[in-house]
Amino acid sequence: MNGRAQMNIVIVGHVDHGKSTVIGRLLADTGSLPQGKLEAVRESCRRNSKPFEYAFLLDALKDEQAQGITIDMARCFFKTAARDYIIIDAPGHIEFLKNMITGASRAESALLVIDADEGIKENSKRHGQMVAMLGVKQVTVLANKMDLVGFSQDVFEKLKADYTAFLEAINVTPVSFIPISAREGDNIASHSERMEWYKGATVLEQLDQFVSEKELHEKPFRFPVQDIYKFTRSNDDRRIVAGTVAAGRVRVGDEVLFLPSGKKSVVQSVESFNTEQKNVASAGESTGFTLATQIYVRPGELMVKPGESQPEVGSRFRVNIFWVGRAPMLRNKSYKLKIGSARATVKLAEICNTLDASDLTSSKSKQQIDCRDVGECILETTRPIAFDTTAVSEATGRFVIVDNFEIAGGGVVVENLSVGETLLQQHIRDRESNWEAGFVRAEQRASVNRHKAKFIVFTGAKGTGKRAVAKALEQGLFQNGMNAYYLGVANIDRGLDADLGSHSDSAGERLRRIGELARILTDAGLIFITTIDDADDYDIETLKLLNEPNDILVVNMGESSFSRYQPDLQLADGGVVADAVTLVAAFLKAKEIIIDYQI
Amino acid sequence: MDHLDKLEAQSVYILREAYREFKSLCMLWSIGKDSTVMLWLARKAFFGHVPIPLVHIDTHYKIPEMIAYRDRFALEWNLNMIYGQNSEALAEKLTFPDGNTDRITCCKYLKSEALKHTLSGEWPRYRMDHEQRRYLVDDGREPYTGVIVGVRADEEGSRSKERYFSPRDKDNVWDVGDQPPEFWNQFKTDFAPGTHVRIHPLLDWTEQNIWEYIEREKIPVVSLYFNQGEGIRYRSLGCYPCTNPVLSDARTVPEIIDELKSGKFSNIAERSGRAQDSEDGGLETLRRDGYM
Repeated sequence: MNGRAQMNIVIVGHVDHGKSTVIGRLLADTGSLPQGKLEAVRESCRRNSKPFEYAFLLDALKDEQAQGITIDMARCFFKTAARDYIIIDAPGHIEFLKNMITGASRAESALLVIDADEGIKENSKRHGQMVAMLGVKQVTVLANKMDLVGFSQDVFEKLKADYTAFLEAINVTPVSFIPISAREGDNIASHSERMEWYKGATVLEQLDQFVSEKELHEKPFRFPVQDIYKFTRSNDDRRIVAGTVAAGRVRVGDEVLFLPSGKKSVVQSVESFNTEQKNVASAGESTGFTLATQIYVRPGELMVKPGESQPEVGSRFRVNIFWVGRAPMLRNKSYKLKIGSARATVKLAEICNTLDASDLTSSKSKQQIDCRDVGECILETTRPIAFDTTAVSEATGRFVIVDNFEIAGGGVVVENLSVGETLLQQHIRDRESNWEAGFVRAEQRASVNRHKAKFIVFTGAKGTGKRAVAKALEQGLFQNGMNAYYLGVANIDRGLDADLGSHSDSAGERLRRIGELARILTDAGLIFITTIDDADDYDIETLKLLNEPNDILVVNMGESSFSRYQPDLQLADGGVVADAVTLVAAFLKAKEIIIDYQI
Repeated sequence: MDHLDKLEAQSVYILREAYREFKSLCMLWSIGKDSTVMLWLARKAFFGHVPIPLVHIDTHYKIPEMIAYRDRFALEWNLNMIYGQNSEALAEKLTFPDGNTDRITCCKYLKSEALKHTLSGEWPRYRMDHEQRRYLVDDGREPYTGVIVGVRADEEGSRSKERYFSPRDKDNVWDVGDQPPEFWNQFKTDFAPGTHVRIHPLLDWTEQNIWEYIEREKIPVVSLYFNQGEGIRYRSLGCYPCTNPVLSDARTVPEIIDELKSGKFSNIAERSGRAQDSEDGGLETLRRDGYM
C-alpha cells in the first residue's frame, strides 16, 4: 500500500503576478495532468482565438475564465519523487482575501509569487503578513517573469533586499528566493540556462526540501471536546466523549481534567470502530473516550492532563486579528467566537492598534476594525473559556469570529488578560453609580412588607420539578402576606426576549435580561422567584453580579451541574412539593429574610 | 499516522461537526464507492452507529445491483434509509431513455429536481421500515438544512473549488465567487433561515485514496466495480443508459489500485465513462443547478 508523505502548499501573491501559471507549469512539468487535459485547454484556446497559457489549466470554471482572475482557491494534486503535494491556488485579487486565507490556513508551506517586472505590490505584503499570522512557517518567494526583465540579477537582488526588509519587520524569515519565469519554465523543474548566476534550488527542489510540520505528539495533551455521544436507542450504553486530539497523547488510566468546568476523571477506554483495541490516542486522531466516573461535561470544554502544562482559562484576552467581514467589527456588539470546540459570545472590548498591511502604517485611533484590516485588540467573552496562547499551542490558540452567520474574522490569542475588570463589571459599576433612587429606602420597604427583598433562583436539570416548587413557594409566601412573584422563563421568551428569536447564541443576552429584571424587582422589595435549567457557575455568577447590590439565593434541585459554586440550598428531586416548600421557607426564616411562615 | 489515517481523521471531524451543529441533517448515498466510504466514515465517527438519515435519489435507471446492494446494507447496518424520486417525470416519460429529452435534461429531472424536492420535503420521502423490511412513505417532511455529500476535489474542475461546509441559498444556488472563508478547522456552521449547507467530508480524498481505504477497511462495494471475467468493469456508477463500463482486467481492489497508480488509468479522468459530462456545459451546468 502507498504510504507516501503528503504536503499542502499554498501559492499566494498579487493579482496577475503569475500564481496560476506557476501551478500550471508544476502540473505539466511533473506529468501530473490527466491525459488530454493540456490538449483540451489548447483546443479551447484555439476555438476562442486566445493564446494558450498554463494558467488556463486551473481556470476550471466558466465565469472565472471570463473575468481572468482566480476567484476561489482551487486544489490540485501533483507528485514528485519525494512526496505528494496538494497545491492550493489562492486568489490574488483583493476582493478575494478571505479565499486566500482559507487556502493559506491549510498549508504547511507557502510560495509567494512576485512579478519581478512590476515589483512588490499591496497584496505581496498583505499576503506575506497573512501567511505569517496563519502560522505557515516556511515561505519561499518566487521572483516571477524574470524573462520580462532580461533575467537580470540586479533586479532580482533588489527585489530580494526590499522584500526581505519587509518580512523582517513582521518577524518572518523566508526560506529562500528563487528567480523564475513560469511561462518559459525557467527554474521550475530544471535549472535555467539563462540565469546561470543563480545557484540555488529550483522550485521543485525547494518544495521537496520543505520539512513536514513537527510532530505534535510531544506537546501537552489538548483535546477539545467536540461532542458527547450516547446511542442508547441502538442498545449502546457507552457514554463517549468525542473529538480530535489537537496535541499530545493520552492513555487508558490517565487522569484528565476538563476546563473551564474543572471537573476531573480518568480515561477508562479509547473507543473506535473496526480497529484493534486501542489504549492510547495521539495528536491528529479523531477518537473518543469513556470515563471511569459519570461527570457532566459539555461539548466545548478542553480536556487536558493535570500533570502537564495547563491551558489558560479566562474571558478577556489580547489577540491578533484579521477581518474579512463585509461589515466592520464594532465595539460592544455581540459576536460568536469559535475556538477549538468552544463557542462563546464575544465582544470587542478594546482596539490596541490596527495595521494597514500594504504600507505597514499602524493606527491607534481607530474605533472599528474594517474589512481587510489586521489588528491587535482585546476580546471579551461572556463566560470564561479554556484556550492556549498561540505560542504555546497553535491549534487551541486560533479562533474565528462569526458575524451574521458568516465567518468574518480570525486570529490568534496572544495573552490572557483575565485579571482586569470585565465588561460586565464595568457595566454594573456604571449602572450603579448612575442609579436614580426614589425616596423610599430598602429598609423602609422591608419594614412595611415584613420581609426582605430577595432574588430566588431554582436550578437543576429539566424535569426535577423545580417549577412546581417555585410556584408553590410563591403561593405559600403570598398566603402569608408577603410580596412574592414567580416569573416563568417561557414568558420572558415570548415577551421581553421576543426580539432575540430562538437562536442559541443569544443565551448570554437572555441571562442579562433576567439579571437586570431581578435588579429592578428586588429593588421594588419583592421576593422574585424564577427557574433556570442546568445553570452552571458562570450563569449564577453573572446573575449575582447583575442583581447587585441586592441579594441572590440559589436552590438547586437534584444533581448539581455546578463545578465550584455552592448553592445556598440543596433539595432532592422528585420529592413532595409541599415538603420542598417547607424546607425553603424554613431556610428563608433562618436567614432572616422572612419573619414567620405558616403552612 | 499514515495518509489514510489523516484523511479519515479529518473526515470524521467534519462529520461530527455537522452532527453537532445541524439539527436537520442527512447524508446522500449514491451507492457508489465514494459515498459508501463516507457512510463507513460515519460509522467510524459515531462508533458503529449512523445517527444520520441516508438519502438516495432513485432515477429508476440505476443498475439493479445497486438497489439490491442499497437495501441489503440498509437492513444489515440498521440505517435510517430514505429514497426520493421524480414521480411526475417518470410517469410522463420525460427521460432520455424514453427519447423525450437530452441527457442533461434527463439528469436535471430525475436527479437534480428529485433531490431538491426530496431535501425540501415537498415530494414524498420513502423510508425503510426495518420491521416490514420495505419502504413506506415517510411522515417526516422537515427540510434538511445540512446535506452531507461525498464529492472529491480531484474529480473535476468545479469540485476542486468546494469548501468543506458550503452554503446554498433557497434555490440551491452555489455562488462560487462568494464562498465563506474556512480558517483552520472552523467551518460555516451558522446559516440564515431559508438557506442550507452542503457538507463535504471527502473533499481531500483522491480516487486512489478511496480504493486504498476500501482495501484497508474491507468495505463491501458493489460488484459492478470489478471485472467479472468479461474484461470490463465500471469505474464510476450511474444510470445504465448513460454509464459505460471501461475495459479492465481488475478483479480485486488491489488490482484496481495498481491500475490507478501505474496502469492504464493513471492519466485518464475517472468520469470519462459518464456521458452527460461531455454534453454542453456538462457537470458544471448540472452542479450549478443543485446536482451533486
